[in-house]
Amino acid sequence: MTDPALSNPRTVGPRPRRRAWAVIGERALETVIRASGVSAILFVLAIFFFVFREAAPVLFSDDFNFLEFLFSAQWYPTSDINVRYGTWALTVGSFSVTALAMVLAVPFGLGAAIYISEFSGPRQRETLKITIELLAAIPSVVWGFIGLTVMSRIIVALTGAPVGVNLLNGGLILALMSVPIIVSIGEDALKAVPDSYREAAQALGATRWQIVFRVLLPAAKNGLLAAVLLGVGRAVGETMAVLMATGHAVHLPHSLVDSVRTLTANIAAELGEAPVGSSHYQVLFLTGVLLFCITFAVNLTADLVIRGVRRK
Amino acid sequence: MMDAHGHAIVTRGLNLWYGPFQALIDVTAGIPHGLITSLIGPSGCGKTTLLRCFNRVNERFAYVRTTGAIELLGKNIYDPDVSLIELRKAVGMVFQRPNPLPISVYENVVFGLRIHSRRASLKRADLDAAVEQALTEVGLWKDLKDRLQVRATTLQLEQQQKLCIARLLPLKPEIILMDEPCSTLDVDGTRGIEELMFALKGRYTIVIVTHNMAQARRTSDECIFMLLGKVIEHTRTADLFLSPKSPRTAEYIEGRYG
Ligand SMILES: Nc1ncnc2c1ncn2[C@@H]1O[C@H](COP(=O)(O)OP(=O)(O)OP(=O)(O)O)[C@@H](O)[C@H]1O
Ligand SMILES: [Mg+2]
Repeated sequence: MTDPALSNPRTVGPRPRRRAWAVIGERALETVIRASGVSAILFVLAIFFFVFREAAPVLFSDDFNFLEFLFSAQWYPTSDINVRYGTWALTVGSFSVTALAMVLAVPFGLGAAIYISEFSGPRQRETLKITIELLAAIPSVVWGFIGLTVMSRIIVALTGAPVGVNLLNGGLILALMSVPIIVSIGEDALKAVPDSYREAAQALGATRWQIVFRVLLPAAKNGLLAAVLLGVGRAVGETMAVLMATGHAVHLPHSLVDSVRTLTANIAAELGEAPVGSSHYQVLFLTGVLLFCITFAVNLTADLVIRGVRRK
Repeated sequence: MMDAHGHAIVTRGLNLWYGPFQALIDVTAGIPHGLITSLIGPSGCGKTTLLRCFNRVNERFAYVRTTGAIELLGKNIYDPDVSLIELRKAVGMVFQRPNPLPISVYENVVFGLRIHSRRASLKRADLDAAVEQALTEVGLWKDLKDRLQVRATTLQLEQQQKLCIARLLPLKPEIILMDEPCSTLDVDGTRGIEELMFALKGRYTIVIVTHNMAQARRTSDECIFMLLGKVIEHTRTADLFLSPKSPRTAEYIEGRYG
């Protein structure tokens, strides 16, 4: 009863109203944010549309065989008498380089992620993380350069292959490029595992390795899978480094030291020389559409897998 | 496992530092075998720290330093020849927040067996039996026998906490440490855990940290009151609550500070 705020009615006025510009500003900000959210969808559709528009004429022309485009290994786009647009060798090239890169990068990258998050001390962890970020920041052309010079010489010396730029070289370079992504995303995933799980296992007498294999890997598998798939995405889409490191021969590889060419490298190398509007030019765009579909499929499976794992 | 005085655990002049901060000061106490002992005291007095010394899980932090001795059956657990793994098998721990592992109920219960035995020596039938026995003992078998493959983290909190107790049992521990095991549970959950403690008493030595005076009174046979890292009073629970010797104990249990 003695509280002045209660006994003095003058302090109870109408509630202050917000200024008009504050309300308008908030609305505007909301609109901008919504637009930028929606724009992502718009950009994807637009990119697909424009690439497809360039490719459409050849796709619907009479003397173009779509099955041959997908499954023939003969790529003679500039031949005078025998023009062939078969991308099979390029698709195989892309897949084999990526697969090789992943075989090397996944164990290495996940191992490094586990080491950094579970075994290293705080000082060492910071040093390693900074170094790995530096590794991720190296431009792809520099990687290509390393592949072309350093790596190729090592490969020739060690395997006795006639040329050092080949599937093995491209796979190694791509592996080196994907490892930083796998490490940093994988380390985030492991760090996100609540410490109470480690503590619980430790209190039951588990060793560090048992904690890693029986607790952390199951608990973090979504995040680790995402790390691997981002690595795959990096490898499939990479252009410059593989252009320089794989030897650029349109050829179905039979061994690790065969030269190959990837879908991406092919587009990068030939688009500049193909006359605008020629069927070669249009086929290159169609290759772009193919690449787009492949990455889309990879991402979609990734999404579904992760969702499936999550539901369990 | 007890010494001549019927003690399961004896600490002698135990000091513990977190970096420069001393959290336990000259703790000397004997925990009776087969009974329930409660650790009470205001926040930050070192109850959790003391409890975590008993299976050396404090040592996960590199900056922890300990002096003094903790004896289980006359054997100092800080001796260099003590196997941490064996120690932790014998001294199980239940945490404040239920922390079942993010794997199935079944795998949670057999986790201890899996990490402590060679793969070849584990037969499916033995594991099944261990699961049934442990879950029956904590009163979960009826509710969960058809849901053994669900992820343990999706259970109700009370079930999770009981599961955390159940997963200790296949390792046949001597001692079960409980750090405020009911603090995240409601009244029914708390009653469930307390009844479970009574059921386990006798076969296991139980040490429970609690902030709840009534719980300490209801459940424990002996009670240790701590303040600022020191043991102030340690007697039978009934005596401590009826006629506390130290005025600080009296003030604490009357709720003058906490
Ligand atoms: N990991 C740690 N690092 C540094 N200091 C710590 C750590 N754990 C506890 N402490 C300190 O040690 C003292 C005792 O902590 P402890 O957790 O044992 O208290 P408690 O009695 O369990 O408290 P509560 O009732 O709040 O759980 C506190 O002052 C706390 O700040
Ligand atoms: Mg505590």
